[in-house]
Amino acid sequence: MEVNDALVDKLAQLARLKFEASEKEEIKNDLQKMIAFVEKLNELDTTGVEPLLHMTDEVNVLREDEVMGSITRESALKNAPLHDEKFFKVPKVIKPPVPLKGELKSESSSVNSEQNLK
Amino acid sequence: MFEFFSIGQFHAQLRDGIVTCRQAVEHFLRQIDSTKHLNAFVEVYADEALRKADQLDMKRNAGKPMGSLHGVVIALKDIIAYKEHRLTASSKILNGFTSIYSATATEKLLREEAIIIGSCNCDEFAMGSTNENSAYGKVLNALDETRIPGGSSGGSAVAVQAGLCMVSLGSDTGGSVRQPADFCGIIGLKPTYGRVSRHGLIAYASSFDQIGIFANRIDDVAKVLQVISGPDAYDATVSQSEAANYAGKLSENQNKKYHFAYFNEALDHPSLDKEIARSIKNTIEKLKENDHAVEAVQFDYLDYIVPAYYVLTTAEASSNLSRYDGVRYGYRTKQTVSDLTEFYKFNRSEGFGKEVKRRIMLGTFVLSTGYYDAYFTKAQQVRQLLVKKTKEIFKNYDFILMPTSPSPAFKIGEKMNDPIAMYLADIFTVMANLVGCPAISLPLFKHSAGMPFGLQAMTSEFNEVSLLQVSKQLMELSVH
Repeated sequence: MEVNDALVDKLAQLARLKFEASEKEEIKNDLQKMIAFVEKLNELDTTGVEPLLHMTDEVNVLREDEVMGSITRESALKNAPLHDEKFFKVPKVIKPPVPLKGELKSESSSVNSEQNLK
Repeated sequence: MFEFFSIGQFHAQLRDGIVTCRQAVEHFLRQIDSTKHLNAFVEVYADEALRKADQLDMKRNAGKPMGSLHGVVIALKDIIAYKEHRLTASSKILNGFTSIYSATATEKLLREEAIIIGSCNCDEFAMGSTNENSAYGKVLNALDETRIPGGSSGGSAVAVQAGLCMVSLGSDTGGSVRQPADFCGIIGLKPTYGRVSRHGLIAYASSFDQIGIFANRIDDVAKVLQVISGPDAYDATVSQSEAANYAGKLSENQNKKYHFAYFNEALDHPSLDKEIARSIKNTIEKLKENDHAVEAVQFDYLDYIVPAYYVLTTAEASSNLSRYDGVRYGYRTKQTVSDLTEFYKFNRSEGFGKEVKRRIMLGTFVLSTGYYDAYFTKAQQVRQLLVKKTKEIFKNYDFILMPTSPSPAFKIGEKMNDPIAMYLADIFTVMANLVGCPAISLPLFKHSAGMPFGLQAMTSEFNEVSLLQVSKQLMELSVH
């Protein structure tokens, strides 16, 4: 299995990670080595072996369905990098609707460039 | 001058009024202060520990009964939650995070009147074998400061090794308790998967992770295990069986003769240090002389367990660590971004360290379309084969004996640039995590390089009682 730039980019996108050009070569090499290393498993014949999915014999350990306390809103917000009294806050990322063919550009499209990190 | 020997002796001294909890805490705080350069602690709760000690002293003096861990000074790996205390998994991505609840294990320790003295440095998200992957910098081995203490629970191991607390908790996903115990010359226990609740343990690989115990004496391990084990409404994978009386049963069966198995494939493995191999072979002879049955069992899977481990744990890690997105908690980029995906990417790439990113990438690969069956399912099948083989062995044998690590503690920086060499150092420890059984590292030997090393014993699931009993016997064996 050969690890190329396209695979690294695809995996980085899936994992929501970013590698600068300078780091890319290194992660590519590391991945190449790691994948070659785990490919050793192919030497084992596992035909007909059920994959192991659960580590315990406990099945559906459920409690009674009663309303129980959880954490308060205040403590839920406590560790957020940015929040107000009620909500987590993030930069504005919602894009204006893409105008349909022939449709005039609406005024609201100006939010696109706006940075909303107060 | 306070001196700690065992929890049992400490409690006797408390009852006799020879020492106080305050004296114990003051002693450990002085020790921590004079060994700051080891970097074992991320945070020390000095004032709080002293306050708690005073409360306990007053309570005891008033004639109230003592909890089973009354005044026992314990350090927690910076991956186990303690309400209203910082919890960061030694990662920049959790910089400043304060836990809003306590792990069940922490709760149980506190209920038995333990004193939590601080949080210990570790490899970021418990990923590493040397404690060099921490946002707080590396931890030094107190016996030789040019060497690593092992990982990922390196700080917790050094805290016990250097006498900075009585016992400590770590977590063991592939050897992260047993290997640093081996490198530091102390005892490290990884209980059965599901013996101790994982609630409040930051997840790395959920089907492998287990909270483990560091101590200098088996009795102390047993006392702590008894407290932290058992069912928990907050962990659906924890066993519903109650904790056994580990401490009470410890002195039983001390003359019992056992069936031990060992693998020639392990003892003759090219990666194993010759001196370690010889010491373990000598121990096997000694056990035979003492009328135990010790036999070699054929084990053809040794070279497959580390690859299987890395496929499965990185897959679980890539999923578990997807929660760190910089929205509800954790590190957030200072960059200006207007795209949601970019926002996540900046937060995660700036927040995670190199090894964590490596493992997330491998985990993402083995789970991705087109590769899932060939890598992930394959590794799950190999795990099944391992579980079957291990169960078969434990039908005929009580314990499996193995080295804990292929070499004694290595030099700082020695393996940092070669992830594969680093992963192979886990060859003897990951088996217990793959099959879920309990395993312990016992500090029985000393290498000519000056460093200690251990013997690893494994047994069948939920058989910690026997494992601790035989550990006591094995520790005695080394004395005589």
